[in-house]
Amino acid sequence: MSTNFTPVHSPREPATARYDFVIPANQPWSGFIVKGEAFRIIDLEGCQAVDTLFYNAHDFAERYSGQDTLVAQKAAYLSTGSGIMSNEGRLMARITADTSGFHDTSAGACSCEANTVRFGHHTKYMHACRENFLIEVSKHGMTKRDIVGNINFFMNVPIQPDGSIAIADGVSSPGDYVEMVAEMDVLAVISNCPQVNNPCNGFNPTPVRVLIWAADRN
Amino acid sequence: MSAQSTTPTTPEGFRARYLELKKTAEAKLRQRPATAQESNPNPLPKTSIRHEETIPGGWYWTAHLKRGQSLRIVNDFATPGVSFLAWNAADPSERYNAGDTVKIQWHALLTKGKVLFSDMGRVLASITDDSNPVHDALSGGSTAATNAARYGSTATRNTRDNFILAVGKHGLGRRDIPPCVTFFAPVRTDTNGGLTWQDGAIKERDYIDLRAEMDLLVALSNCPHPLCPDPVWAPKPIRAIVWDSLPPGPNDFCRTASDEAVRGFENTDVLF
Repeated sequence: MSTNFTPVHSPREPATARYDFVIPANQPWSGFIVKGEAFRIIDLEGCQAVDTLFYNAHDFAERYSGQDTLVAQKAAYLSTGSGIMSNEGRLMARITADTSGFHDTSAGACSCEANTVRFGHHTKYMHACRENFLIEVSKHGMTKRDIVGNINFFMNVPIQPDGSIAIADGVSSPGDYVEMVAEMDVLAVISNCPQVNNPCNGFNPTPVRVLIWAADRN
Repeated sequence: MSAQSTTPTTPEGFRARYLELKKTAEAKLRQRPATAQESNPNPLPKTSIRHEETIPGGWYWTAHLKRGQSLRIVNDFATPGVSFLAWNAADPSERYNAGDTVKIQWHALLTKGKVLFSDMGRVLASITDDSNPVHDALSGGSTAATNAARYGSTATRNTRDNFILAVGKHGLGRRDIPPCVTFFAPVRTDTNGGLTWQDGAIKERDYIDLRAEMDLLVALSNCPHPLCPDPVWAPKPIRAIVWDSLPPGPNDFCRTASDEAVRGFENTDVLF
């Protein structure tokens, strides 16, 4: 499936970023990104799913919509050139560089409750992305109602022509990154996925790094 | 003790268990294809019908369904797409979850025998019949923006606004609208990941039956799917029929379709 992927690199240097943070394995993160700023997520050790949501910073009821994103590009996976769309059909950000490819936005985030169905009732009390999302969105006055289908950066979920869909081994290598430029002021919310019941993290969750660069002056 | 009920302790152990779950699910799907299930009566006996309503092209419809009641959506004129959402009537923060629905069932094509999952690992509704499996669980419904791009006009009604109106009638708002499923929308993912519309796949008089597995709020939007290439906005009327279906037995096709479905119903039955 990787025959038609072309890596696109970014010229931005980490030393010039206005923000640089390593999200520990299994942990949530959120941050505001101003229109025109660049936002990079680095998969430090490879094969680490980074569950990501975006909200309009001035109106949280406008938020990321995976379905509108797929319709806009008429394709199932995200990569360089993908427009990250809101539920109001507006462009929130655009992916401007990507060295790994095949980012999913159809399979959503893991939860304790869905884990019981997928992997057995005994997996209920394992940490999950929606626990991370709930904690993180609560810092911004939001609740479970505000959690919608997310982007799974560095998560490989091939969808077959017959409709079958499964989380497969990741395709990202250590240091692979995806970079996007905000087209509106957004709040980004991340769960550095703790799942070990499927291959999305290589059965071994690891840290990821986020960087934000101020908007280009010209 | 089976591998499914023990917690591995190593990455290799987790991998082995995942592959076993996948293999089991695929085998079950082959053993129990949708075609193995008998159809519901069509037309429905008049005595079973609680309510029937025709929804004009472009409009929405919303209702309460009691646990055990079914909703039949009839596409009399092959209109290209009817978007659907459901919420737990007792707590609408629990609602249809598109990602969970496809990944739990290892399949994005929802048809007879599949169920719609909530974000809480419970079953909202079962698809007990489906005359033509041409539904889209991945790419959603139209917005003012997609209509403007396709039809050159924002005067056409769209699914996003319809859902805002539908949930508004229950005192809910924009935050209560998750990604949806669109029935009668033949979108397929090709081998390169492209999303393609299968022209001619929708047939007149197609129908789908959804049996409520808890008391539900439901909403329909009768607007063309945003990937339907027709340059003219011309949705046709559909019918929504609320009918009294038989209570599911222990061997009910949807309740026993997969190990995942069994566990989803175990979670659901705790509520009742």
